Amino acid sequence: MSMPKEPILQVRDLSIEFKLADGWKTAVDRVDMDLRPGEIMGIVGESGSGKSQILLAAMGLTANNGRVRGSIKFLGQEIVSTPAAKLDRIRGSAMSMIFQDPMTSLNPYLRVSEQLMEVLIAHQGLGKTDARKQVIAMLERVHIPDAARRVDLYPHEFSGGMRQRVMIAMALLCKPALLLADEPTTALDVTVQAQILELLAELAHDTGTTVAIVTHDLGVVSRLCDRVTVLYGGRVMESADIDTLFELPAHPYTNGLIASTPRLDTGMDEELVTIPGQPRLMGTAIPGCPFEPRCSRRQEHCRSEQPPLSALSGDAAHRVACHHPLEAASTQPPLLNQRVSS
Amino acid sequence: MSQPASATTSPDAAPILSVRDLTVHFPLRHSLLTHAVKLRAVDGVSFDLRPGETLGIVGESGCGKSTLGRAILRLIEPTGGTVAWMGTDFLGLDAGKLRAQRRNMQIIFQDPLASLDPRMTVGKIIGKPLKTFQPDIKKAELQQRVIEAMQQVGLAPEMVNRYPHEFSGGQCQRIGIARAMILKPRLIVCDEPVSALDVSIQAQVINLLMRLQREHGLSLLFISHNLSVVRHISHRILVLYLGKVMEIADRDSFYRRPLHPYSQALISAIPLPDPKLERQRQRIVLQGELPSPVNPPPGCRFCTRCPKATEICRTTPPELTDHGGDHLVACHHV
Repeated sequence: MSMPKEPILQVRDLSIEFKLADGWKTAVDRVDMDLRPGEIMGIVGESGSGKSQILLAAMGLTANNGRVRGSIKFLGQEIVSTPAAKLDRIRGSAMSMIFQDPMTSLNPYLRVSEQLMEVLIAHQGLGKTDARKQVIAMLERVHIPDAARRVDLYPHEFSGGMRQRVMIAMALLCKPALLLADEPTTALDVTVQAQILELLAELAHDTGTTVAIVTHDLGVVSRLCDRVTVLYGGRVMESADIDTLFELPAHPYTNGLIASTPRLDTGMDEELVTIPGQPRLMGTAIPGCPFEPRCSRRQEHCRSEQPPLSALSGDAAHRVACHHPLEAASTQPPLLNQRVSS
Repeated sequence: MSQPASATTSPDAAPILSVRDLTVHFPLRHSLLTHAVKLRAVDGVSFDLRPGETLGIVGESGCGKSTLGRAILRLIEPTGGTVAWMGTDFLGLDAGKLRAQRRNMQIIFQDPLASLDPRMTVGKIIGKPLKTFQPDIKKAELQQRVIEAMQQVGLAPEMVNRYPHEFSGGQCQRIGIARAMILKPRLIVCDEPVSALDVSIQAQVINLLMRLQREHGLSLLFISHNLSVVRHISHRILVLYLGKVMEIADRDSFYRRPLHPYSQALISAIPLPDPKLERQRQRIVLQGELPSPVNPPPGCRFCTRCPKATEICRTTPPELTDHGGDHLVACHHV
């Protein structure tokens, strides 16, 4: 596998478990993932897929009842098990995060100016005057009209879309190498979502920031991303560039997800394709494929043997974890069965 | 199996529901010195709903779509206008008669878990409306009807004694649908019924609603912000913006040729799950966000964000007019 550049974020064998009333539950189960410099990676999954937990672990923000195993390397530096004090030098500057709900992630008691200036003062040691100048410039950069005046407003005085712009401005103040975005447009109306997606694409393009965006919306992925990783039940099901993934999905889950999405440009009167059953919730680790109970292509061994995430023949960048991937994706017989871990 | 969606409706049938100039204004503050300030959530909405028809009501948050749905059922009392239910005046009904009519009209909500009483078993929840309308119903019959309703929505009858928290979001929504169906209603108001669900579960619930609608000749008011979902399930579409109707049209006609600039922008804003198409698409990205419904623009409600707005739009509200084939649009520039 020849990757063009060293990954900016390298996730290896990442497992995240949480201690709940009835024991340890696995949210993320041995995930591998690479983010290459400058790309926009979509991380797609339904509730319980573990998609947000991966981003939180990358920021060192896993909840106290959680334990993280495996490795997350950011620009070569190990994040897992690094003490918080040391992480604070990276978080918010070289790597930053935006969340779904900007109202709950901004401090309601502080003016926007104070919250944003603090970032520059803490990380770059700027004086107040310079910090304020840069904050206003950044608010203009994310197209907040009349930024010089609005900078002194409180978060509640902004609309939902404008608040998300403030969050994005805050995340980009220190010109991070990596921006992690957790469902950044899910709480917004479609016309405002369109504005924010356009803004993210523009900023990523102009600054070369690498972006990982978690979403459940395949439309958002196809509008914004270069590559996509599909998660189910805490495992990576498939990973490919977006054209390949949408045209030749190899995993039955990916295929089902695409087919069950109602869309604006296809037949209207057919019944929607459905994936039977319910999404797998956080539970005890299982020996087989997490999608097996809902899969139309399942066979006996899918329950007992975990399919490894392997490249499809002919496309090293297209990786799928399935014993019986869809035919269309590969003209040659899949080689996956041979490599079942003992 | 998959019938054309229009097969269940006949355009000539008398409407089951006729809404005219419906307004819902919420008073915000009163004082002796200042004017009473009103929030105009719904501001003069008119439409007909035919038996067996699904009308999709779309719009962004704050457009008044949920208020409209609730005002039609009188869960919120309308401030003005009329609602005719099967030809009779619905807003004038006294409490007793209103209650009697309510069994024909049900509602399902967005948050499936929050709309179920956590301390009641699923069987109790589903049976409650029937028990309310037929207090002397025999226990065995009630049980039988509950089981039927559960089977109708694809819930295993063995789960009848479980509690809501034991179910997933999709299953909770099925419970909500069973509760609405048990009275064999004529109309169901569906308020964002699939918005809180995962994609793979969304499709299951949409198919279920479409099947129930076909099999029972139900009329549905399907309220949603998701134009792709609405397109799938509706026969006609109504677009609402700041409490006013922008466009009403037959589904095919609406999606083939949306006429109002707002409808065009809404459709264009939806990202398609297809990267190639996405790259080719011409997009209209609207500036700004929904203005406050407390002080809506005096002319066309959409004029502050409309790429086509001119002087007349700022001063004169456009009438909803027919542009052929029952395609109604409220815009000066169509």
